Amino acid sequence: MVGIVLISHSGGLAAEVVALARQIGGAKVPLAAAGGTEDGGLGTSPDRVSAAVEEVDQGDGVVLIPDLGSSVLTARLLESPGRVVIADVPFVEGAVSAVVAAGGGASLDGVLAAADEAWHVRKL
Amino acid sequence: MIRWEITPGSVPEPVLRSAPRSALKIRSGSRFVNTEFFAAWIEEITAAVRAGRDHLTELDAAIGDADHGTNLDRGFTAVGEALAAAPPRTPGALLVLVGTTLIRKVGGASGPLYGTAFREMGKAFGEAPEISPAELSAGVDAALAGVRRLGSAAEGDKTMVDALAPAAAALSRAVRDGLKPEEALEAAATAAAEGARATVPLQARKGRASYLGPRSVGHEDPGAASTALVFGALRAAASRG
Repeated sequence: MVGIVLISHSGGLAAEVVALARQIGGAKVPLAAAGGTEDGGLGTSPDRVSAAVEEVDQGDGVVLIPDLGSSVLTARLLESPGRVVIADVPFVEGAVSAVVAAGGGASLDGVLAAADEAWHVRKL
Repeated sequence: MIRWEITPGSVPEPVLRSAPRSALKIRSGSRFVNTEFFAAWIEEITAAVRAGRDHLTELDAAIGDADHGTNLDRGFTAVGEALAAAPPRTPGALLVLVGTTLIRKVGGASGPLYGTAFREMGKAFGEAPEISPAELSAGVDAALAGVRRLGSAAEGDKTMVDALAPAAAALSRAVRDGLKPEEALEAAATAAAEGARATVPLQARKGRASYLGPRSVGHEDPGAASTALVFGALRAAASRG
């Protein structure tokens, strides 16, 4: 199954979006939050993100979903084409779409495509 | 273990490719600086960042998230500890360790950006025990290419590239014109400072400040300001003798 890592400046934000996505469709999806600095502040810890990637990697690829700023740059440092890829998508909606697709057994490309559809889902 | 590499993306990488590793081995001039010089440079940066910490954070408070000075100070403090714990033997190894430490410890966007800059410079130097002016210039070009590739920023976007790119160009020009090393580094530091000041009227197109749109106009970019400190520190390291 494709693994997913949610990377945010905020540890709380990443953890809560993981909880939300897991409840909606990803009970079995390898899913990890990597938010905040190591001392609990706002920011990104590359060590935390790389540990999360290793945690969710089952060999089928890992999708990184960053929120903004240093989350994106840190994610780019960990990119590995065909294995660890970034979904450039809205953080909450993209995460939910990706987790649902991964839970349904989609491939790495399939999960990326599902996450990308979040750009086109309107609320009203 | 994770190796902090950036993979080539959709952004072109002209500078590094135009200065291939083989070109760096040409010994055109006198040998210039050794590992101690680069250690002195890092010390000068650390002192400048500490002295400028509150100013950098104030600049960041105006158009960003008010942590640039604090983040860089934390990063370079960690760099000092890492260098003391395992002193590198070559300029390249030293700069790679500096970059890796910044990536791990800074916590904000400047960590991956400065970390990549120092790592790319270090990798361009390879195993050489001493670095000529031309090699130093090629190293700064490699740093610029890495930052551009990672951040997808161009000149005029109101980022550190607006100080780094003119500094790289000034250094390259000075080396080509045969200026003395101190004069070349003076030119680079001046170009970086002027580039940073020139970000004031710009509207940010990359980074956190870009969310502010027109409200980012009228403030100096904190990343460009810290890049000017880095090149001022290079000049200071050279004048230590």
